[in-house]
This record gives sequence, C-alpha cells and structure tokens, in this order.
Amino acid sequence: MTGYGTGQIAAAQPFPAAAKPALADQQLRANLGRATRTIRDKRARVVGELPDWQALRAAGAALKDDVLARLPELLEQFEAAAIAAGATVHWARDAREACAIITELVRETGADEVVKVKSMATQEIGLNDALAAAGITAVETDLAELIVQLADDTPSHILVPAIHYNRGQIRDIFKREMGDAPAGLTDQPAALAEAARLHLRRRFLASRVAISGANFAVAETGTLVVVESEGNGRMCLTLPETLISVVGIEKLVPTFADLEVFLQLLPRSSTGERMNPYTSMWTGVTPGDGPQQVHIVLLDNGRTATLADQVGRQALRCIRCSACLNVCPVYERVGGHAYGSVYPGPIGAILSPQLTGPAATANRTLPYASSLCGACYDVCPVAINIPEVLVHLRQAGVDAKRGRPSAERAAMRTLGWVMRRPRRYAAALRAAGVAAAPLRLVARRRTVRRLPWPLSKWTKHRDAPLPPGRTFREWWARERS
Amino acid sequence: MRIALFITCVNDLAFPDTGKAVVTILERLGHTVEFPTDQTCCGQMHANTGYRTEALPLIRNFARTFAPYEAIVAPSGSCVAMVRDAYPRLLPDDESVAAVAGRVYELSELLVDVLGVTDVGASFPHRVTYHPTCHGLRTLRLADKPQRLLAAVRGIELVPLPEADQCCGFGGTFALKNDAVSGAMLADKCAAVASTGASYVAAADNSCLAHIGGGLARRGGVQAIHYAEILAAT
Repeated sequence: MTGYGTGQIAAAQPFPAAAKPALADQQLRANLGRATRTIRDKRARVVGELPDWQALRAAGAALKDDVLARLPELLEQFEAAAIAAGATVHWARDAREACAIITELVRETGADEVVKVKSMATQEIGLNDALAAAGITAVETDLAELIVQLADDTPSHILVPAIHYNRGQIRDIFKREMGDAPAGLTDQPAALAEAARLHLRRRFLASRVAISGANFAVAETGTLVVVESEGNGRMCLTLPETLISVVGIEKLVPTFADLEVFLQLLPRSSTGERMNPYTSMWTGVTPGDGPQQVHIVLLDNGRTATLADQVGRQALRCIRCSACLNVCPVYERVGGHAYGSVYPGPIGAILSPQLTGPAATANRTLPYASSLCGACYDVCPVAINIPEVLVHLRQAGVDAKRGRPSAERAAMRTLGWVMRRPRRYAAALRAAGVAAAPLRLVARRRTVRRLPWPLSKWTKHRDAPLPPGRTFREWWARERS
Repeated sequence: MRIALFITCVNDLAFPDTGKAVVTILERLGHTVEFPTDQTCCGQMHANTGYRTEALPLIRNFARTFAPYEAIVAPSGSCVAMVRDAYPRLLPDDESVAAVAGRVYELSELLVDVLGVTDVGASFPHRVTYHPTCHGLRTLRLADKPQRLLAAVRGIELVPLPEADQCCGFGGTFALKNDAVSGAMLADKCAAVASTGASYVAAADNSCLAHIGGGLARRGGVQAIHYAEILAAT
C-alpha cells in the first residue's frame, strides 16, 4: 500500500482562478519578466559552451532512471553506509511524520532556535510552521528565503524564492521587519546583502542546531551533498552541534563518481554558472570536526505513489534546478504562487498532482496550466518530457471522471463521433460553413468579435475566424475530381 | 512524386485557401497531389485535452486513409507533430500507425528535405515577419526551413520577430481553459509583431495564426497569413 503526500503541495484553488490576481499585478509581471529573461539568457550562454551537453543530459536521465528502478536496494545501501559513518537515519512516510521526527529531535537538544539551509523538502513538509507550533524559531539563512520569511510570504520560485520582489521592495521589508537593519539602508544590492550578513552572522554563532535538505545523497558512501551560492549553507553545515537533513528518497545517486555528471548539469541549468560557489559534502560524523549529532530524515511523501506510474515517474528525476520555470511562458506571466504548491511552474504542474494524488482536487487543474509549448522539455537537464507527462495526467483526470456528466465531455464525445466517419464529418463541415453565413453577412469581414459561452472565452481576448463558406473538400470535389 | 495532402480539420473548415496554396505550389513544381477524401481530423485536440479514448478512432482512421501513400504533406506543424511524435506513444503496438508516422511531412520539410527545393518561384512584395510555432520549432525541429523558403520569394522583405521562440499562447483548449493567461501571452506576441513594422505575420499553423490574427484584428495594421499562401503567390 502506498500513501500520497501531504504538506505544502496542494493548491487551495483551481489554477485559472489563482492566476487572475497575478495577471492583474503589473509590478509582479515586470519583476518576473526581467528576472526570468536574465536567468534564461545566462543559462543558454553557459549551456552553449559545452559540446557534450546532450550527452551529459542523457547520462543524468539514465542515472536517475537507474536509481528509480533500484530504489529500495539503493536506499538500504545508503542507510547502512550513513549509519556506519555515525549518522542516525529516520524514515518519514509523509509531511506530518517528518515534522514530528524533526520537532522531537530539536526538543531533545533543548534548543529553541534553529538555523536553516535553503531546502525544498523542508518547505514541502511545512517544517517552519510545525517548529513554530512547538515553540521553536526557524531562521532562514539563504538571503532570498530570509526576505520571504521576513515578509511573512511564501517562496514563488524553486531557486529564486523572492523573484517576485524588486530591490526597493526588499529594502522596505528589511527596514520594517529586520530589527537590526542599519539606519539609512539603501536599495543597493551590496548594502542589502551586508545588512543580511550582519543579521545572519549573529544567528550562525548562536545556534546549536541546523536543518538542511540535500541536493544529492550518495548510496555507495552515505554522503550528503548541498550545493549553494552564498556560504550560509557552509556555516549551517559546519558550526552547530546538531545537523538534521531532510532528504527526499529520489535524491539518491548510485556512486560518488556519478556526482561528476550532476555537478555539471545543476549549476549551469539553475543559476547559469559554470560551477556553484559552495559545494558541501559530509558523510556521517567526523570526530572533533563539525556537527557531532548528524540525523538524516528520508522522506517519501507521495514519491512511492508517483514511482508506480510508468509515464509519470520521470518527474522523480528532477534535481530542482528550475530551468523549466525560467523558460515557461505561463510561469513568467503568473509567478509561483498561482500554482499553490512549493513546486511551481512546469515541474510543479506534473509533480504536485502526482505527490498529492487525485484527492487534492485543485491540483487536478495544474496539468492544464500549459500551452504544451515544450520549452521546459528542451532545457530540462535530466530530459523529463514534461509535455508528455502533462498530457498523461490530463488523460488520467479525464478517465477518473468517466461516468459523470460534463459539458466538456459531451462536446468532445460528439465531435469525436462526428470525426470518426468521413461522411458525417464532411456533412458537419458543410453545416458549419452554412451556419456561419449570417455571421459573414453581418460582420462583413473574416473574423467575428463576439461569440456565446463557452466560445466567449475565445472572443474575450481575440476575434474568431469565420469559415469562408466553402470547405476545402467541397472545393476539391468541384474543381479537382 | 505522388503526394497525399492531409488538409487538417481547421484548414478544411476555416482556411481552405491554405490547402489550395499547397496544391498550387506542389503542382507548380511538377508533382501530383491527391486528396484522400476519407480523411478527417488527426485527433490532436482530443488527445492533448486528455480524451485519449475519443482520439483513438480518429488516429486509426488517419492510418487507414493514408496507408497507401509514400509521402503525406500537411500545412500544419502541430498536426504533423501529433502524427509523428504522439501517435506511436498513443498506439505503441499498431504497425500501421508507425508506418504513417514516418511518412508525414510538414510542408517545409517536404519541400526542403525531400524535394530539395528552396525557391518555389513565388513573388510577394511585402514586409513579412515569421513566427515559428512551438511544435514545428521544438518537436519537428524545422529550424529555419520555412524562413529559407520565404527568403527565396521575389520582392519579399523578411524581418526578424523579437523573442520569436516564445509561445503565442494558443495551446489548443488552453486558449479556453486558461483564457486569461493565454490572452496575456497573446498581448506580448502581438506587441512583438507590431514592433517589426511588418504588414504580414506568417507561420506554419493556422490554429496559432487564428489566435494571433484574432488579436491583431483588434489592433489593426498587421495581417496573419499561412506561409504556404505566400509561397503560392505569383
């Protein structure tokens, strides 16, 4: 029996409704447009430098597929290696179990504050809220996560959580919410970063417990890997006495040597850098150096359920680079919050509904939040065919609702019935051309401005083409045969 | 060469001139065009909206209708992508489907790759910009084949479209299901087209062009046209 995931991965409202406020926010549109364009240009430049990019991509996909095919065996290998190196390994079926395990571990240390490395898994399980409910303060130490936390907001991008803010807005948040922000703080990036550094330095030196995620977990050695840009991660991973890492079970790579592929794919795809500034690796406990209590929480939260779907499981290859967000025309216009999950954009549209299962009804609208333009598949460093999975999930949604009446299904079935037989189809085309005749007379043009529901959704934004009266096959029959 | 024309349902009903243009071009080049009248729709709208069960009879009808032909041409990147890329996934064990999937060509593929032609003897003295539609660009990898055909047209002034590879926002039923997002994408595409000062925006798909042209009709100034109609003009 496999369970579905819980936590911050279920949208509260259908995507089209959630997208509306974002579309109306001109400042947000401008911030997102500028930021995504910058990152995608950077990515295109550094990916273009590598003549073997497609081969690397294929290697990344193959390695992850191997992990998914041998997941139970590799997880046990990882657990044994980590325990042998002095770590304690915990297993969590869902968000609730993971939060309970971590809260208890922090309580045992007696600490009432933890520092955090940026981590999607801890966002996914809603850890900060769970800790707050237990009287424990979680301090985000990644600059963008800190901004979002101070603003009492939620991240809107996997890699650039504060992508929806510009620097003027960030200065205002610091002045309002950061008690030790210097007087006269400007919106210069260096000044903003310095204010955050001073604020965070106090927390790094005071905290006895750190919580992280992991980008990769090496089955062969029990090693965890965190890739980051600011050095805050390195501080969290080395200074405190206790380190707790939350790791999705799909984060495994088989051997240490396999990191060679992913450490090339990830930075170029995510930040558009040849190499990320900080790569931290640790294997259990090193006596007298770094954290002496090392805990690893292996998280399922719907991943085993996702693995059971032969087409959909490729979503578990994801290494959270967010290249698909930066090229997505839908994401660029609505931002991350519209997806209602910590995983936004194209990857979120295929991952969130699979993790939560069909009971999360608003998530069923996510696979339709795409024009199937395919830009996401092109840039994915592990070649997840996102459009294929989107269509597959649409199918699953349609099939699950068979037997219940729906206007859309009735229309689709009628059209399908007509198009199945050439004669019926030809007659229907002729009828449509005839039906459009009065419109042609009134409009005196080749397009029409207004149509009744549901086609009003078309004419709200653009004119509709008017059939010219004689179909191609009528022309062919008259002129050619 | 004996070539079967797959007109596509959208063109059959709403854009018959595009079909006539394909016939004109191929006959001008000395080829014989046949129109198998049993053809209907490729099933893309059904399949992409999640109605696989309803799409399957249409796919089988396509495979049956076009089985006798060695080359099938369609003036639509997305319908060709459906047949070549999606059919084998939707019906993996059907040999007749696999057989037609390998013989269907988008017009520019047929002209440039199969027939080895870039100059089709057309004349179109207007300023034109070209929008590469997504399935032609990313699934079929048409690259610059349509533009190479257009560049050889007498009198044409072909101007580049800014951010050309950005989706126009059509996306089939996406245009209705997420109409507000689709409309926002369309507004940006129309602005990019207008910035070129072109009189015409050309593309390989009349579905995307109906969407772009429908947006442009409300701004005035630029007309949407299938590039086959430019290649047919003399």
